[in-house]
Amino acid sequence: MAEEQETAEQVEEETFKPSSPTSKLNFKDVWTYDDAPQSTDHAKIDDQYGHFIDGTFQEPVKGRYLPSINPATEEELSSIAEGTQQDVDKAVKSARKAYTKIWSKIDASERGKYVFRLARLIQERAREFAIIESLDGGKPIRESRDVDIPLAAAHFFYYAGWADKLDYAFPGKKAHSLGVAGQIIPWNFPLLMLAWKVAPALATGNTVVLKPAETTSLTALKFAELCRDAGLPEGVVNIVTGTGQTGSLIVNHEDVDKIAFTGSTEVGKIIMKSLAGTDKKYTLELGGKGPNIIFEDAPVDQAVEGIINAIFFNQGHVCCAGSRLLVQEGIADRIIQKLRDRMETLIVGDPLDKNTDIGAINSEQQYNKINEYLELGVNEGAEMYQSSCTLPEQGYFCRPTLFTNVSQSSRIVREEIFGPVLTIQTFRTAEEGIEKANNTAYGLAGGVWTDKGSKIFKVGSKIRNGVVWANTYNHFDPTSPFGGYKESGKGREGGLQGLYPYVKLEN
Amino acid sequence: MSNRIEVLKTYKTYIGGNFPRTESGRYYKVYDGNGNILANACQCSRKDVRDAVVAARSTVEGWSNRTAYNRGQILYRIAEMLETRKAQFIEELETIGYKSKGAKAEVNDSIDRLIYYAGWADKYQQVFGTINPVASSHFNFSMPEPTGVVNVWAPEEQPLLGLISVITPVIVGGNTCVVLASEQYPLCAVSFAEVLNSSDVPGGVVNILTGFREELLEHMTTHMDVNAFFYTDPDIDQDQRKQIDENGALNLKHIVRKPVENWQDKETQSPYFITEFQETKTTWHPVGY
Repeated sequence: MAEEQETAEQVEEETFKPSSPTSKLNFKDVWTYDDAPQSTDHAKIDDQYGHFIDGTFQEPVKGRYLPSINPATEEELSSIAEGTQQDVDKAVKSARKAYTKIWSKIDASERGKYVFRLARLIQERAREFAIIESLDGGKPIRESRDVDIPLAAAHFFYYAGWADKLDYAFPGKKAHSLGVAGQIIPWNFPLLMLAWKVAPALATGNTVVLKPAETTSLTALKFAELCRDAGLPEGVVNIVTGTGQTGSLIVNHEDVDKIAFTGSTEVGKIIMKSLAGTDKKYTLELGGKGPNIIFEDAPVDQAVEGIINAIFFNQGHVCCAGSRLLVQEGIADRIIQKLRDRMETLIVGDPLDKNTDIGAINSEQQYNKINEYLELGVNEGAEMYQSSCTLPEQGYFCRPTLFTNVSQSSRIVREEIFGPVLTIQTFRTAEEGIEKANNTAYGLAGGVWTDKGSKIFKVGSKIRNGVVWANTYNHFDPTSPFGGYKESGKGREGGLQGLYPYVKLEN
Repeated sequence: MSNRIEVLKTYKTYIGGNFPRTESGRYYKVYDGNGNILANACQCSRKDVRDAVVAARSTVEGWSNRTAYNRGQILYRIAEMLETRKAQFIEELETIGYKSKGAKAEVNDSIDRLIYYAGWADKYQQVFGTINPVASSHFNFSMPEPTGVVNVWAPEEQPLLGLISVITPVIVGGNTCVVLASEQYPLCAVSFAEVLNSSDVPGGVVNILTGFREELLEHMTTHMDVNAFFYTDPDIDQDQRKQIDENGALNLKHIVRKPVENWQDKETQSPYFITEFQETKTTWHPVGY
């Protein structure tokens, strides 16, 4: 008897195991996490940064600076120069001079070697870059360390090798560089977006004037140091910091041959309009409202992980986030229950803590925007569910949120929120799922979850999106082209296709 | 004995595989090379553009879902139909001032251009698609896919060869289109619609309107259910060009401008004309047991 009792007790203990299929995932009652903060000692951030023009850091002509805030603490990290017309003029002039005098003349293979050097230098200083990226942007160190920085380096590696192989990229044509590329990047993946733009531009023989986002300029300024360390000829890469105003000065500058922009559809339209009637080439990587379609035959637990990754990766600050979940009716309740359980286990907090799943919202402005959408969703009659996690007292943090009882016409379904907010709709037939998925002005990326391979290809070919992830989500690779259909943009970045926007083709 | 009265042709539009008159009930006069009236052409209106876009949109799915092989066959079939009607088109071109040699050359080149693109139907995906060696356990590939509905201004000069040169790269890639024919010489565009109609091109794949560029510019470039706008006039007015680009920004249309002086130039046929109207779709699939 005594023996039996012992066994019974053990069984009772086992019911707390998080892997039990019948119980909710409940880690908290089993163990707690100690803090695991990443030390910031290694990262050096100056109090103030000028623009990087002609190979040196230069004070802004008008002498104006903007604060750069750590969104997790609301403290000022540094201050960055605000670019005015004079600064942009200087940068473009420097880029033009470097293009005509040096960069367009050196051997393609030598050009490639400079780009290889940049890749290596990023790898060598990976830790410093990861810390600064998390401090400056609020993203979890796990993501900046394991995704942003390695991928940025990989992009430089990939495009470096193209420099002397362009004759193989465009059948029947010869590729020539364009000249000066003006590049404007967003705040969600600061160094990665820089790499997406700078690497192909340099490899194809163009020089660059880049403007990072005003809330996340620090890794770009660190990258300027790398350009110097790599011995890159002066003026090949110029970095001008500032707000959207500074960006528009680059877009409208007469001596810029190409504009590459990543950001909102709204701003993309303004840029396209201001380029009207000019010969400037342009690529636009704009917003999205990614459909994530879950079929009844999908591997449910994998799908739940995929949905979580699709919407909560990088606090949902992802243009291709799977923000519209479309679940086939038969498994909707089960998926929603499992999603809620999984959301309860997400740790929201200090971006520099290695356990953190969801970091800080990038800026106060974005934080307010997300909250407006939460309020809007409730007012539209949607049912809101938020995880019960504790939030830090300081900083801009948002609970993982899902909305059910939404309709195709709900604004939270139609508009890009750019935060950890998921809407859930159901569908019965594949046709209905596809119809709902495509019923949007956007067309950037989407997911399909099913065990049936033939269904993946059929549904994948019918979704009007530039990227389709089958049984996975939010994967990126330098060899894999990325970009949108419809109002999600023009042109592709990454892969062989990503070279096209930086060349003119001649016979 | 009385002379036989010639039966004159009423030139209509071509929308959704039918030949309706313009809903506007308006016309404009078309002249031959000597300034004599040839016929009345439809002066299409905004409503005609909208009807044509509806037809083009409803046909995109069916057309793009056809096999590449089938699309190639259909393009080849258009060439066959045109070949048997050569005499008619040569005569039409002569009436607007072409010398007989030039007319013959333009018709021959038009047929050859159709054949050229017919051959690309099942090849451009192979040349421009990629398998991407990603650094993770995924099968990753990128394929060109049609962008959807394309509005086109056919070239003002070379009204047959120009027309065919802008239509074919668009439709061979699975898009459908709404084409505004040459304003000055619209008649062989309407005759070409008859060729299309007697080949196996599904109604709605190519829709042909006649009318005034100036009047239809706004309607053809602002329509929110159109994915691209294509024009090739080399000497377009800068204000018009700017307006086309600006209107495109409303829904981020692909504005494709390829200034071409002479469509007989072999460089004016290219698979890069096809890819201008394609999107690249990248698909990720996990690899594992």
